[in-house]
This record gives sequence, C-alpha cells and structure tokens, in this order.
Amino acid sequence: MKTILLQPLDLSIAASLVIVDIGLSIALRLRLHRQIALAAARMVVQLVMIGYVLKFVFALDSPIATSVIVMLMVLVAAREVAARPDRSLIHGQNYLIGLVSVAGAATLASVFALITAIRPDPWFDPHYAIPLVGIILGSVLNAGSIALDGVLGGMEAAQPGIEARLMLGHSYWAAMASLIRGSIRRGMLPIINQMSAAGIITLPGIMTGQILAGLDPIEAVKYQILLMFLLSGASGLVAVAVAYAAAWRLTDHRQRLRLDHLR
Amino acid sequence: MTLRMHMLRNTWAGPFNASIEAAQCLCVTGASGSGKSVLLRMLADMDPAEGELSLAGIDRRAMSASTWRQRVMLVPAQAGWWATTVQEHFAEATMTNARPLADRLRLPSDIFERQVLRLSSGERQRLALIRALVTRPTALLLDEPTASLDQDSVAAVESLLAEELARGLILVLVTHDAAQAARMGQQTLHIAGGKAVAA
Repeated sequence: MKTILLQPLDLSIAASLVIVDIGLSIALRLRLHRQIALAAARMVVQLVMIGYVLKFVFALDSPIATSVIVMLMVLVAAREVAARPDRSLIHGQNYLIGLVSVAGAATLASVFALITAIRPDPWFDPHYAIPLVGIILGSVLNAGSIALDGVLGGMEAAQPGIEARLMLGHSYWAAMASLIRGSIRRGMLPIINQMSAAGIITLPGIMTGQILAGLDPIEAVKYQILLMFLLSGASGLVAVAVAYAAAWRLTDHRQRLRLDHLR
Repeated sequence: MTLRMHMLRNTWAGPFNASIEAAQCLCVTGASGSGKSVLLRMLADMDPAEGELSLAGIDRRAMSASTWRQRVMLVPAQAGWWATTVQEHFAEATMTNARPLADRLRLPSDIFERQVLRLSSGERQRLALIRALVTRPTALLLDEPTASLDQDSVAAVESLLAEELARGLILVLVTHDAAQAARMGQQTLHIAGGKAVAA
C-alpha cells in the first residue's frame, strides 16, 4: 500500500465540516462560532508552522539544530508542569523541579529507545528523535503536573496530619509518605488508563497515523507497544522525581514542614 | 531535668526566657493571637527560632529534630489525625497503656475502634493528649487541653496531669482559665503582643 498524499483541495473539502459547525452554532445560538473559527485557524497555522520547522530541521540534519528543538520542547513542557498547580514554591523552584524532572525523564526514555530499540543511524536522526521526544513529553507533562499538584495542592488538607506526626517525633519522610505516595499514584493513573484502554476503547493516535500512512498494522502495533512502555517508564520517573523534589523543598534541616516555602 | 529557654524568639513572638524543672508546670496566659501557640511551636522546634533552647543541659541542635520532639512533645489545640480509625494512630505497644487512660478521661471503651471523623472535638482533644502521654515525653507542651471539655472531664484531665507531674513530667500549659493556671502552675508567663509581660 502506498501513502495517499493529501492535496490542498482535499483539506478544503474537510474544512467545510468546520463551516457546518459554525452554521450550527449560529442556528442554535451556541455563541461558539467565533471560538470554532479561531481555534480552527490557530490549529492550521500552528501545524503548518511546525511542519515547515520540522522539514527545515530534517533537511539540516545537524545534531545542534535537533538538540535546540528538543530543548525548546523540554522548556515548554517544564513550564507547563510548573504552572499547573494552584500553589507554587517560592523562588521559582516549581520551574527548577519541572525542568530537572522533565528533562531527566524525557532524555532517559528517548535515548534509551533510540539506542536500544529503534536504532536509527545516526541515533539522533531528527526524523525519529523529535517526534519521539514530543510524544514522551506529552505523557511526562501529564504525570509531572498531576504529581506536583498532588503534593503542593494536597498540602493544605494534609498539613494537620503531617504536623501531628512530626510532633510525635516521626521523621519528616515518614510523615510525608502517604501524601507523596498518593501524588505519585495519581500521576501514574493516566498512563495506566491509556495502556489498559489501548486497542479496545481507543485506537492510539500514533498507530492510527501510521496505518493511515500505509504501514502494516502489525508493524504499527509494535511501534505503539514500544511507545507505551516508554511512556509508562517516563511517567513513573517524572512522577517520583517531582513528588520527592517538591516534598524536599518543603522541609529544612530540622525536619519541619515549611509552608512558608509555598505561596 | 530542666527545660530552659533563653532569648527564644522569631519574627512573630519573643524573646522568652524561662526554665522549668522536672515536676513543674509553667502556665502560659494571654489573649488569643498574642503568641502563646507560637511559643509552643518554637519549643517543639516546629518553627524556626533564634535563641537558646535546651533540655537537661543538652542544646536542641545537639539532638536530631525527631529526638527533640519525642522528648519535648507538643499537643496543639487542634491536633491532627492522619489515618481513618483512632487505633491506627497508636503504636501497638502503647495500646495497653492507652486503654486505661481513655477510661480515666471518661472516654467510651470502644473509642479506639471508632473513626476519627465521627469523634467530637472534646474526644479528639483527650485522645491527642493520650497519644502523646503514652510515648512518655520528658516535657509536654499543651495548648488549651481542656478547651472543649465539660467540668468532670476537665477535672479528670487535671488530675491525670497532676499525677504525671508528680512522676517528674515537665509541663508547659497554655490556658485561658486563670483558675486552672492557679491550680496547675508553679510559674506563669503572661504574653501580650508577642512579648512576655509581668503578670
């Protein structure tokens, strides 16, 4: 099977469906037509832009250009992880925690996949490295932001119990254990759901894309399985790193709970 | 055994100076928000504080924070709970001591099997006191331990504390009740606006 290339006309025909949405919104007074039109336009512009950026980087085929793109992606993901919780740590430490854990987990998972499983030549070939990092970052962002919110946002409710244990002479890490464990578990839930639903409730996007692009379904499935393993590994790493780092920033050398480190 | 504080202070309260011998009770009085609870938190090393703080001549910095808090134990006005049932908050070995104490403080006999969420504030307050006492601290810091109790329970708590004092406990007691301060305390520290004032 050969890839069927889409022509601009094909896309224009599909765009008529958005016009239908807009028509419905006007007819039913949903007051969504502006938003629909804007979102559709944004989507087109953003995707075309990223398409050209990728094409350019692929053509350059330089490790430096590839790493610049990867670093930009990591920075944006780290910012999202840091900005998600209601409460944040003072001195921008949310960002530091987000950056270190996101960069660490994503790098570990992608380099691992590139040198052991996918093995493109060279291993940093942007055709493989950039999309792979992108998918891993999406999952890492999810797990990291949920786990960070679990510790920082959950602190208010957990504080009396944690301080009660400190007052009884329990160590800080014993007192924090249940909040940390709960946050890591919550961070891991999305990837667990994704894995257990894959193929039955949802057809994962990557696999669908590859099948549409003409790849043999079994080959596409193998890629998807590899990705799921990578995503679960990276999610676990980032959730653990984020939860422990946040807990560590909330104490001092006298094992106190320092809520003045939160704002 | 002496609990000694010298120029103990932080941004909100102090400096405080006092030294409390074994079997003695220091009563801390003052209006709400005057800094009484801040003092107790500094004594338990729960908040950063400057100045000297020592137990039996050993500086708090010479012990780990956990050891210090096991010896100088704080029971706040609203003690926290981290598990579902009361029993889960007690180490197995302390249960044999905890049950008779609950009995003495007029708590129902099945109280340890109950859920924390279903307890009244008076029950929680007495259970928090028991939870601390069974770990045998050297000094006990109590923040209004009888605030939500009826007359009979207040008397039961006071008699238990008097007994612990007689066995050598060091007690720091925050109270709003002048009569209680007179009954329990050998010394009184009156706080206004975060400062110690002459009573």
